[in-house]
Amino acid sequence: MSTQIVNIQPLSQPVDLGVEAATFSPEVEAEIDRHLAKYPVIRSAILPLMFIVQRERGYLDPPGVLYLANRLKVRVTDIWEVATFYSMIHTQPIGKYHIQVCKTLSCKIMGAGKVTEHCSQKLGIKVGETTADGRFTLSEVECLGSCGTAPMFQIGFDYHENLTPEKIDQILDKLP
Amino acid sequence: MRIAAIGCEPLQLRRVHLEDSQTLDVYRRNGGYEALKKVLDGMSPDDVINEVKKSSLRGRGGAGFPTGMKWSFVPKDSPKPKYVVCNADESEPGTFKDRYLMERDPHMLIEGMLIAAYALNSKTCYIYTRGEYKYLIDIMDVALEEARKAGLLGDKILGTDFSCEIHTHTGAGAYICGEETALLSSLEGLRGHPRMKPPFPAVSGLYAAPTVVNNVETLTAVPDIIKMGGEAYQKLGTEKSGGTKLWSVSGHVKLPGVYELPMGYDDMEKFIMEDCGGMLNDKQLKACIPGGSSVYIMRADQIIGKDVRMDYEGLVAAGSSVGSGGFIVMDETVDVFESTKNLTEFYKHESCGWCTPCREGTDWLVKVFKRIENGGGRPDDAQLMLDLVDNIEGKSFCPLGDAASWPIQSAIKRFPEDFKRRLSTDFTD
Repeated sequence: MSTQIVNIQPLSQPVDLGVEAATFSPEVEAEIDRHLAKYPVIRSAILPLMFIVQRERGYLDPPGVLYLANRLKVRVTDIWEVATFYSMIHTQPIGKYHIQVCKTLSCKIMGAGKVTEHCSQKLGIKVGETTADGRFTLSEVECLGSCGTAPMFQIGFDYHENLTPEKIDQILDKLP
Repeated sequence: MRIAAIGCEPLQLRRVHLEDSQTLDVYRRNGGYEALKKVLDGMSPDDVINEVKKSSLRGRGGAGFPTGMKWSFVPKDSPKPKYVVCNADESEPGTFKDRYLMERDPHMLIEGMLIAAYALNSKTCYIYTRGEYKYLIDIMDVALEEARKAGLLGDKILGTDFSCEIHTHTGAGAYICGEETALLSSLEGLRGHPRMKPPFPAVSGLYAAPTVVNNVETLTAVPDIIKMGGEAYQKLGTEKSGGTKLWSVSGHVKLPGVYELPMGYDDMEKFIMEDCGGMLNDKQLKACIPGGSSVYIMRADQIIGKDVRMDYEGLVAAGSSVGSGGFIVMDETVDVFESTKNLTEFYKHESCGWCTPCREGTDWLVKVFKRIENGGGRPDDAQLMLDLVDNIEGKSFCPLGDAASWPIQSAIKRFPEDFKRRLSTDFTD
């Protein structure tokens, strides 16, 4: 019986993602430094930094992940572990404008279904899809804290409330 | 949307209608930072905690734990740094009051946090805001910078020996992070999983140091408690529920919005039918969830003509609870089977996956709801759902499991007709 030698790498071994870490402008680096300075334990800055990487690169891509692992002095798996927990962190490309229609109770009873339907028809995509030109992604999300001004959606970080079909048309048509 | 105080002088909503209410200048011209000055001018940390105890202020995030008591659990002799963390993760469906407090009156939160930090000998505070509220983080950052420049934040505040820094922090879309121990996990840069209690955060919280986590509305009540005295604040409400409370009203009313009421406001029916403008399109009231999605749903006949008192004890007596004060009003067109399915989907999505009863239970419940909706209802389905809920409630790691259970229990019990007609035969509740 032959013995097969198995090499078990120590956990601290860097994972090779096959990509180079992302780089950012001095301004962005300074912004990142300001976040890191807030905490006695730098890992705490993981979510604020993920949002910055997303803003700069469109989504949290492997070079961005590698950058964060280096910057926060943690393993690549630590970054993935956190990234996959939070619904606002995207590990796949999404549209330039992410339309997030609130579907939870107050919005639902005030007509969230019609908002989704209208967006879906207008953009020619179903919930969860992105338009072919990469401009719009349509999602249904849970409560966004806008219940008194239902129905509503968020595009990126912008709140759009008390929506009607006309208002939705105006908002979407005005986007650059 | 309406923002108004009913039945009391506006306390938390005192400045929200003023022009540029978010600025330091307007805040100071309207009584702002007087409480901080009073504290630094001659109150000891224990004096502050005692005033808060006397006020009967209870945590406004949902659990309703007495704030003064929570503060007194922080060990004074601990050599570790102490932290004050503001829970601005407002994600309970139906709740949106903290959003307007931070948007319109950010300095009130800063002052409340500084007073809490003084009472607890804390030098570092964090405001944990849900990721979707990015615009509020921007508003808070501007306000913090204003305060820093005016000597109200940072080293030697107002020329005294008290130094304290407040930082904003962002979540990234996870309801569970409103649970205080999950919030602390998230703030440490981990997945937002709740932690075992004890040790409670007051003993071992952020970075294993003593930590107090308070809701925005709780902390913004503190400056007024200091200014008027704990006793006077308590008298605005009832003996066990001091002060005023903000209610976020949504759903089928003519005037949804944020309402400040004295604790113990005497009539929930009047609140819906008059103060909130009555039912939208003059339809009939069918149901109301008074404290955010996690509390028991109430039938109209538990409200109409029942003089339901709006405070912690009054709502429990009426068959529900205050929770976060997220008031969702539903008219006769709402099918409670569907509304309960909607909330169950919410809890399934937001279950963090840490413990089996909640992770598997909420998923199973959604499957049952979907099967029934698609015409596959079976006579014993109501019992199946109650059995599933019974295996979650009180058996999950954190209160999210209870929160997922209560809407279903109360809906099946109080609106059996909406379930019955989808199941092949009758059932008794």
